Amino acid sequence: MTSKRILGPRDWSSHPRQTHPDYKSTLLRSQRKPLVPLPQSLSELTGPAFGHCAVTSEDADLTRNAVRDGEAIGERIIVAGRLVDESGRAIPNALIEVWQANAAGRYVHSQDQHEAPLDPNFVGAGRALTDGAGRYRFTTIRPGAYPWRNHPNAWRPAHIHFSVFGTAFIQRLVTQMYFPGDPLLALDPIFNATADAAARQRLVAGYSTELTEPEWALGFEFDIVLRGPRATPLES
Amino acid sequence: MSSQTPSQTVGPFFSHALTPSGNGHAPIAGRQLADERTPGTLIRIEGRVLDGAGHPVTDALVEIWQARHDGAYPEGSDAFRGFGRASTDAEGRFWFQTVKPGALPENGAPHVNAAVFARGMLNHAFTRIYFSDEQAGNSRDPVLTSVDPTRRKSLVASLRDLAGPPVYEFEICLQGAHETVFFDA
Ligand SMILES: [Fe+2]
Repeated sequence: MTSKRILGPRDWSSHPRQTHPDYKSTLLRSQRKPLVPLPQSLSELTGPAFGHCAVTSEDADLTRNAVRDGEAIGERIIVAGRLVDESGRAIPNALIEVWQANAAGRYVHSQDQHEAPLDPNFVGAGRALTDGAGRYRFTTIRPGAYPWRNHPNAWRPAHIHFSVFGTAFIQRLVTQMYFPGDPLLALDPIFNATADAAARQRLVAGYSTELTEPEWALGFEFDIVLRGPRATPLES
Repeated sequence: MSSQTPSQTVGPFFSHALTPSGNGHAPIAGRQLADERTPGTLIRIEGRVLDGAGHPVTDALVEIWQARHDGAYPEGSDAFRGFGRASTDAEGRFWFQTVKPGALPENGAPHVNAAVFARGMLNHAFTRIYFSDEQAGNSRDPVLTSVDPTRRKSLVASLRDLAGPPVYEFEICLQGAHETVFFDA
């Protein structure tokens, strides 16, 4: 029998509010009734494991994993970081999936109507498992900003979508990573749905000279923090 | 001590990365968790995701996590992984093919945990799917019985009255008078 640790709560000072009128799509899709407290049982404290899945190192290189007849176009970058919980403990062997627009700000998606070119050698989807120290690393193309119809002349700041699993299903996190110094951040209703400025800054990657590879690619560091254990252990 | 990374919406354009469509690599998970060889009773869970106006949500992602037929949760090496992922179609519909979960005595009535993601949802929402033909267990389940009785039925998938393999229907209402019970675990 394994011992599962009870997790601390979702930090609602960090996560965005449900209804954020500046982000129009929340109006009919946000939850309006109070969430019902759920004692954490086995079903919440266990979660899927992906260590046995066929994740290859090529999956983490978006500049290569969809090449057909040439090279992916754009500014090559490295995005790397550590996956930890609130206590600072590394989360090894965890699945991180990323997706993004190409350098021109266009997604490989039938519903993306932005009039910008697709790149035949770039899909913009990757995945990786964290190593023993919780580290992950992607090589990709810096995504472009793209327009959306939320309000007149609305543009999303350049971002990479992240999907992250911890060891417990309730540690699940889907988020977006932004780039430092982007003037669109101040105008973006999705980024600003998190009320706390310090929390918002945790969504912005840092430029890293250490990760930057000479004559090859700029490096950005993006650490991800999931809910961590509360003191009381639960024997199961 | 570090602070949690904030959640952000999954957005509308995730399918090329998170679902089997249009991506070079084999999907990490999909709608089909089980087949005839999986121990247990093969079932389908079919549902729809609706917004506060009752309109179908055509770009939602539903993930499920569940026990094996014997009630134990899958380990990494199990053929049955217990995890599924489905995006909704043009009518807001999704389905999973899986086995009916068992339940260990300490873990209440059989249920499937679900997480719902969509454009317009800045945080994903957690819910549970119980089964309408488990009335005895449901009536004793500590989570179900803690929920306001008028809202409890939003957590129970109803067995469709048809011949053939069991199909359970589960509607997810993100908002409105019939808003599904979502949990803060
Ligand atoms: Fe996006």
